[in-house]
Amino acid sequence: MGEAIVITSGKGGVGKTTTTANIGTALALQNKKVCLVDTDIGLRNLDVIMGLENRIIYDIVDVAEGRCKLSQTLIKDKRFECLKLVPAAQAKDKTSIQPEQMKAIIDELKRDFDYVLIDCPAGIEQGFKNAIAGADHSIVVTTPENSAVRDADRIIGLLEKEPNISSPRLIINRIRNHMVKTGGMLEIDEILDVLAVDLLGVVVDDEEVISASNKGEPIALNPSSRASIAYRNIARRILGESVPLMSLDENKGFFKKVKKMLGMR
Amino acid sequence: MANKQPLVTIKGKKDGLILSLDDRCSFEQLIAELKTKLSVQGTYYHDDPLISVKVEAGNRYLTEEDRKEIHKIIREEKQLFVAEISSNVFTAEQVEEKVKQQQLTTLTQYIRSGQEVRVDGDILLIGDVNPGGKIIATGNIYVMGALRGIAHAGYSGQDDKVITASLMKPSQLMIADVISRDPDPNGEGTHVMEFAYVDHNTGTISVDRLQSLFRRSLESTKRS
Repeated sequence: MGEAIVITSGKGGVGKTTTTANIGTALALQNKKVCLVDTDIGLRNLDVIMGLENRIIYDIVDVAEGRCKLSQTLIKDKRFECLKLVPAAQAKDKTSIQPEQMKAIIDELKRDFDYVLIDCPAGIEQGFKNAIAGADHSIVVTTPENSAVRDADRIIGLLEKEPNISSPRLIINRIRNHMVKTGGMLEIDEILDVLAVDLLGVVVDDEEVISASNKGEPIALNPSSRASIAYRNIARRILGESVPLMSLDENKGFFKKVKKMLGMR
Repeated sequence: MANKQPLVTIKGKKDGLILSLDDRCSFEQLIAELKTKLSVQGTYYHDDPLISVKVEAGNRYLTEEDRKEIHKIIREEKQLFVAEISSNVFTAEQVEEKVKQQQLTTLTQYIRSGQEVRVDGDILLIGDVNPGGKIIATGNIYVMGALRGIAHAGYSGQDDKVITASLMKPSQLMIADVISRDPDPNGEGTHVMEFAYVDHNTGTISVDRLQSLFRRSLESTKRS
């Protein structure tokens, strides 16, 4: 019996889907059986980031409405045998599935997979309720901005009220060290002070994440990217290892760059 | 009860009159006697100071209307004003309300964005109030943690209530119907516990170090 983790944020555009794709990939790299579930019905993206868009035949609404079996919707990842995706429907909306149906689907997936990662839509309405219905754990993604932290706080409040979900853990996404230093961005400690939850990881802002997402290859596959290392560390923490936080200082990378130039990498 | 016993007894004290009302006769009898008793009182000079009157109703329950009537009769005498009407009898509702106003509710939680906690009486919160969160009490609010959201003390109108916090960084403070945005925006980084209160000289909310709360309560006990 695996565990289901919902990845949510409240605010849109902070990187829920990217985080889901990359944690899933990083867990698959560790040879875990992982299933990604996109619950953003009507605005599905996870399949695009995973590069699996053109393989979708059935989606999660088809399962809920009994048009196909759950196993038929599972899309196998290009790179990993152990990584699967349940896509959302694009032509429907959030009300076309009920929390109980979602819970049944997640429970069924938990039997076959070690980890079921649920990608939650933005907002706190029906889509959110659907996404958290079957979850055992939760990860809240935020960026170092006041607005994102406010919404994360709201979401944490809602998640803490759910009896079946363990207390949420936090990922701070897209942190830019030079902006933190000049005071233009919130510091990690400041965010943790307000939100008072466990920190699961910090992901630096990395342009490669965007280009990788556009190519349909999660950044976690690229071992030299700093964001990739952050996602891999997060996956290891989910597996129960204690991995120290990566230093945010970019200067450390200078030596690596020299090595890279000399072709030592 | 013998009829000779007066239904209304008037006693003079240093600070005014005390009217003791009999609690076994009918209310109509009592009102009638009160009216006659007060009207036969001697003549006053216009520049005499007002005399305060305390009414003791003993073991008689007075409804709001009864109180108003007594109040009216006494007010009709130019030289008298009612300081207090007391009775030994309360309805169960009133007692419940009183108990509620005096109880202290202790909560151990975070009040996060979008959450609202409302209590009767005082509240002791062990945790933070985050921006977008709201804590409301009819009494005082004590926050053992950071107050970053909205706090409203004295919700039912008492402006003698205070708000204390280990870290006072509120987005809004309200005491009774006085509203203030962060009254102390420069207090960044102070690790001194503070409290907010209504400054009756200015009618606005002020913030002071927690130590001053002691002096304040000392003064208020002296006053009463």
